[in-house]
Amino acid sequence: MAPALAARRSRRRLAADAGLLLAAAAFALPLVWVVLSALDPHAGLTVRAPDGLTLDHFDAILTDDITFRPLLNSLILCGGATALTVACAALAAYPLSRFRSRLNRPFLLTVLFATSLPITAIMVPVYALFVRVNLIDTFQGTILFFAASQLPFAIWLMKNFMDGVPKELEEAAWTDGASSFQSLLRIVLPLMGPGVAVVTVFSFVMMWGNFFVPFMLLLTPDRMPASVSINEFFGNRGMVAYGQLAAFSVVYSTPVILLYVLISRRLGGGFALGGAVKG
Amino acid sequence: MSGARRSLVRALPLSPAVALLLLFLAGPIAYCVVIAFTDLQLTGQAQESFVGFDNFRRAFGDEAFLNAVWLTLVFTVLSSLVGQNTLGLALAALMRRASKPVRTLTGGIVVTAWVLPEVVAGFLLYAFFRREGTLNAILDWLRLPSQNWLFTLPILAVSFANVWRGTAFSMLVYSAALDEIPQEITEAAEVDGAGGWRRMWHVTLPMIRRSIATNLMLNTLQTLSVFGLIWVMTRGGPSGKSQTLPLFMYEQAFQNSLIGYGTAVALLLLLIGSLFSVVYLRLLRTEV
Repeated sequence: MAPALAARRSRRRLAADAGLLLAAAAFALPLVWVVLSALDPHAGLTVRAPDGLTLDHFDAILTDDITFRPLLNSLILCGGATALTVACAALAAYPLSRFRSRLNRPFLLTVLFATSLPITAIMVPVYALFVRVNLIDTFQGTILFFAASQLPFAIWLMKNFMDGVPKELEEAAWTDGASSFQSLLRIVLPLMGPGVAVVTVFSFVMMWGNFFVPFMLLLTPDRMPASVSINEFFGNRGMVAYGQLAAFSVVYSTPVILLYVLISRRLGGGFALGGAVKG
Repeated sequence: MSGARRSLVRALPLSPAVALLLLFLAGPIAYCVVIAFTDLQLTGQAQESFVGFDNFRRAFGDEAFLNAVWLTLVFTVLSSLVGQNTLGLALAALMRRASKPVRTLTGGIVVTAWVLPEVVAGFLLYAFFRREGTLNAILDWLRLPSQNWLFTLPILAVSFANVWRGTAFSMLVYSAALDEIPQEITEAAEVDGAGGWRRMWHVTLPMIRRSIATNLMLNTLQTLSVFGLIWVMTRGGPSGKSQTLPLFMYEQAFQNSLIGYGTAVALLLLLIGSLFSVVYLRLLRTEV
């Protein structure tokens, strides 16, 4: 019985491997295309072995107008908004995690409700509102909106991570006369370093890839982040310059992939919205 | 310190977050409800006026709107319910049996597709589905008929694109859920002679039903608000054949300058989203 079962298992493992490799190949095709095209002097639309390898496409796009300014804009927008999100979320999570109050539950439910609202749907009124209050086409307006849209999920994650830090550690500090703010800053946050890193990276990655928000709230081409400028580039010259477009995609995507690798190691496969899913 | 004062001081750290959420999230939602009932336009209008339910009445008589509702439904069912959900579960189930290197490789590739910025994903799949693209090259090689997918079946192409981009999320959710099933249970079923499919249907699926429900809900919410992916691939065209509700909303508000009408459509989208959100909360009810 046992050997039969073992044989069945190893056969099953082979079948599973084959199935997964097939799926992996299908998922990989577009990724392989972008990498090969970025290096292929005669890039077209099909996956194929390049005629030769060249860095010309990267050379052509690594200019102020095409790459550096949009990436700098992305960095300012997403960096600013992430800093704001993480600071507000850490402050908000502290009372939610540490003190009992009748308002905690309704507040958390509202936050959770807001995490799943389709932000896309409110962009038209946000645009109309921003025109009225003169925040349209400004970095600060876009940063504030980005931060607000990411905040519900950040608060939720941060509170769950903070719940994991035992309260006893702070009590000693309290008896020594430390204020709540000091104990949050000196004791709780350092102890939940990985949690803070996750919230930070996750917020940043979400904003870095977001297209619709800056597309609606910014108007001046010089202020556009990479997510929008790539689209302009695509519309205007992409029809011929596939190699350059692919090279730009690689440059623009690499930071978020690296950041993701950085935190996923720490958290194992179940990361992502796993926190929200498990409640 | 009195009790009231103490709870006020304690709630103080909440204030920056609350202020941001009220001003930039609750504010626009409230504003959305207001202007959905006006004839606000983008340009050349002295004063908008209250028009009651006109925008909604107009929507339900507008063939382009009904077309967008239908396409949104097709897009959601195909890409979220059928595609991401089923494929994500299948991948997670296979990963439990596969050898470690294969598992890591597949997981890495699928997750990379998910982490890529939306516009880049749109661009990659645009290239994949184009007439000169990789899909047609493969079909030619297999001697199957090729066609210009973005022109003939744009909604199918963008649905596949969304599956490509979104499956990782379901895969991660289901991997976590399957890991929590005690090994003895599946082994007992196996020793009792239950085959793979029967084990899946009678043992595994009932045990992860909560994860299935949550995953479906979150997938649907995410799919309802997809804009950039479709915008990059087809701009909603040709002639509206891949124009889902977010794209329709955008076109009405900005290309036709009808902010009021566009917002009414946005409000409908927001209502559908809230409905799903409430169901999602109920699913989590026991855990908050």
